[in-house]
Order: sequence, then structure tokens, then C-alpha cells
Amino acid sequence: MKPGRFTYHAPRSLDAALALLAEHGDEAKVLAGGQSLVPMLNFRLAQVDHLVDINRIGPEFAGPKVTGDTVTIPALVRQRVLERSAEVAAVLPVFAAALPQVAHPQIRNRGTVCGSCAHADPAAELPTVMSVVDSTFRIASARGTREVDAADFFQFHLTTALEPDELLTEVAIRVPQPGTRMAFKEFATRRGDFALVAVAASATVDESGTVTACRIAAAGVAPTPQRLHDAEAVVIGSTVDDEAIAAAEAAASAAVDPTGDIHATAEHRRRLTAVLVRRALAEIKGDQS
Amino acid sequence: MTDNITVTVNGKQHTATADDRLTLADFLREKLRLTGTHLGCEHGVCGACTIIVDGSAVRSCLMLARQADGAELETVEGLAEGGKLNRLQQAFKDNYALQCGFCTPGFLMSVTAALREGPVRDEDEARDVLSGNICRCTGYQGLVDAVLETSKEMHS
Ligand SMILES: Cc1cc2nc3c(=O)[nH]c(=O)nc-3n(C[C@H](O)[C@H](O)[C@H](O)COP(=O)(O)OP(=O)(O)OC[C@H]3O[C@@H](n4cnc5c(N)ncnc54)[C@H](O)[C@@H]3O)c2cc1C
Ligand code: FES
Ligand code: FES
Repeated sequence: MKPGRFTYHAPRSLDAALALLAEHGDEAKVLAGGQSLVPMLNFRLAQVDHLVDINRIGPEFAGPKVTGDTVTIPALVRQRVLERSAEVAAVLPVFAAALPQVAHPQIRNRGTVCGSCAHADPAAELPTVMSVVDSTFRIASARGTREVDAADFFQFHLTTALEPDELLTEVAIRVPQPGTRMAFKEFATRRGDFALVAVAASATVDESGTVTACRIAAAGVAPTPQRLHDAEAVVIGSTVDDEAIAAAEAAASAAVDPTGDIHATAEHRRRLTAVLVRRALAEIKGDQS
Repeated sequence: MTDNITVTVNGKQHTATADDRLTLADFLREKLRLTGTHLGCEHGVCGACTIIVDGSAVRSCLMLARQADGAELETVEGLAEGGKLNRLQQAFKDNYALQCGFCTPGFLMSVTAALREGPVRDEDEARDVLSGNICRCTGYQGLVDAVLETSKEMHS
């Protein structure tokens, strides 16, 4: 249970980190909070020649920023810091709802928001939330910078759009339109465990109470967070009334094709998806009145 | 590669060599001979290795020693006051919050950090504070009682 041999680097700037990644690329890994990578190194599920620790690249990467219509979450924002940011909660309360369900405080004190996205565990909470908010993943390498959205960022089980020489510098999220409500619901076997299934939902209503936009995503049912487009479609145009919620529940159940494992059967996961969609929409509806 | 690192542990400064792949937990135990910090799982799940780094409770099995260079650490060895158990340690003893004691240093550090952040008001909150640590002996009820008792004394 000890990591294999590697060379440790602690660059003091973003440019220095990118230069190291450009030089070592395939043989290197970024170390952020270490809460997923170090267990994998300790188990020797992962073996690297070079570890590029980004924790000292600069204090400007440590805090979330709310400017105008955008919330930016740079690479070193710890999960616990986002959970407790009153400024972010005022415009995107869904993070304060989802984050307490990510692991335990001791893990969130180190684990970063960007690291959770870059790790892309199919049952992770944060990628699911990123799939219902309007998020942009800002990526840098010595070759330049680029931006991708959530649908393109999360590609497969533990696989993202990131190339070996690239760093996720920040996630930028557009502050939702007025009238937008969000909810996050999950079922886990024990406190702090990864979700068996988690659901994030967002709905925007106009003055008459009719939904004009809706996004719903589930974790734990596919290799990446799965958008439930059919369920979204039945909510749009409704007032999130009981009939719409029941239709969304049925649509969610039909849309997912989970695999069973030792933690839960496929049928259990499908049922949980439907129930959590119902609970999330019920919460959204309750907030409206 | 091996390099010297300097850390402050329980108020005392230490400098020692650390290999790149040495974890902070092994650094404390093997280089500084501070063996109060225990290692159970070495992958972040059990909490036995929990210490306080720059004010936050963290898993010392998931940090590299090199990452702690310059940091302020608190370990279970720093809890006793003048050779006597502190309030939390005494509450653990009084409430049978330990049996074999293997998990105890981690619980003490997790709870120490949590109680500094504010009161723990009820059983549900206490279980939340304790949920990041695993105990195979006590069944947790004694731990819940110890946390609530200490919180009441500290925050009333
Ligand atoms: C006991 C335990 C329970 C947990 N429970 C949960 C849970 O319930 N839900 C959950 O979602 N997670 C859980 N986690 C994982 C935790 O949330 C991690 O913090 C997270 O998955 C990874 O973030 P990190 O900052 O620690 O990244 P690291 O572990 O440092 O890195 C993870 C991966 O992402 C890459 N990476 C990290 N940052 C960047 C970046 N900025 N750019 C490019 N690549 C990067 C690394 O190279 C590595 O491949 C748990 C972990 C433990 C130990
Ligand atoms: S030894 Fe660190 S969490 Fe188990
Ligand atoms: S007292 Fe034995 S494991 Fe907790």
C-alpha cells in the first residue's frame, strides 16, 4: 500500500506546471487534492514517472470568483471551500446542496472541484451538477488554451477531454436566469459514500409558472453523467404539476440502462433514478410556491 | 529524489529528509517517530491517519510528505495538556468511546477540528462528524456521547 517510485515536481506558476506537462506528458500526472489519485498510487492501480503537484501554482487559483454573470472555480478550489462560499450559494445554491454528500469533510478539505471533474468517476456528484448548470471547462497547455462544455468534457468512465499535457485551469458557470430553481438528490448506502444514483435538476419558470427550460442529469447509471432529455421534455411547458412529475419519472426510468454490480442491481438503480427525479422535481416545485 | 522538509508539529519545528513518494503519515511515524498517528487502510477510507494540517482535518495517508513542507501540523500527541488528558480525551474515556484504541487518534483529530468550527448539537450532527472515521469495536454510541458531552462543555 505504498506508491511506486516517481519524481515529484512542485511548480510555482501555471506556466511552469504546463512546461512540465509538455515535457513529460504521457509519463506525468497532475496532483491536485490527491483524494482520488493518491489512493490509486498507493494501490498501484496507477503508476507514474512524474507527479506534477499544482498546489503551489498560486493563491489566485484557490478561491471561487463571482463576477457579473459568471462564477469561476479555478483549479485549487477545495470542495469544502465551495461548499461554504456564501457568495456562490447566493447565485448557485445547488453546490451547497450537493457538496455535503461528497465523501467526508476530511476528504473535501483537500479534494478540489476541478479534480473531481478531471477524475470523472461515473458516480461522482460534481460532474452531475456541472451537467445541469451552464458550465464551460477551461483547459490550458503549453500549446494554448481551449474551452469545452460539459457534454464534451465527460467522455467515458474516468475519461475526459483532457490530453496528457493539459490542465483544467477552471470551470466557469453562467449564473442561472431569474426564475431558475435547482435541486440535487442522491441515494448512498452510507454517509459519505459515492452515490448509487444521484440526480441533479434545473428548471426555469416564466411569470405564469410555466417551465421554459429544464435540465436533468443522473450519475451512477452510465459511464458519464447522463442527461435525461425525455424527462426534461415533459417538464418543459408544464407547471411542474403532479402529472408532469409522474411523466418525468416514467421517462427517466425508460431512458436509463444501468449495469448492476455488487452495490446495486440494474433494476434497483433504474428505480432509484425515477424516485430521485421525482424528489428533485418536487423540491423544485415546492420552492416555487 | 530525496529532499529536506521542515514542518511544525504540535508547535515544535522538525527538519528531516523525505523521499518523493513518502506519505505524510509515514514521515510522521518513521522519520519523526510520532507513532500516535495510525495507518489502517492507506487509501483514505478508514480515517485512522487523520491529522490537522494548517487548521483542517485531512488524511495523512493521502498527502505526500513533500507537500507538507512549511506546514503547521497537529497530531494526537499534541492534545494532552500538561501530561493530562484534555477535555475531549477525557470524554472519550468516560463514555467508553474506545476499546482497542486503534481508531482513536483519527477520531480525536477529526472531532477536534469539527468542534473548533462550532457546536455539535444533536446525535445526527455527531454522526455526521464521526462518519469519516471507522471504528470496529465500539459500535459508535460511546463516540456520539463523547462528542455531544464535549460540545456541550465547550460551547455552552
Ligand atoms: C474515502 C473517500 C470517499 C470519497 N467519496 C466521494 C464521493 O462520495 N463522491 C465523489 O465525487 N468523490 C468522492 N471521493 C473522491 C474525491 O471527491 C476526490 O477529491 C476527487 O475525486 C478528486 O479530486 P482531487 O482534487 O482530490 O484530485 P486528485 O486525486 O489530485 O486527481 C484526480 C485525477 O484528476 C487529475 N486532475 C486533478 N486536477 C486536475 C486538473 N486541474 N487538471 C487536469 N487534471 C487534473 C489527476 O491527474 C488525477 O488523474 C472520495 C475519496 C475518498 C478518499
Ligand atoms: S489510513 Fe488513511 S484513511 Fe485509512
Ligand atoms: S476502538 Fe477498536 S477500532 Fe475503534
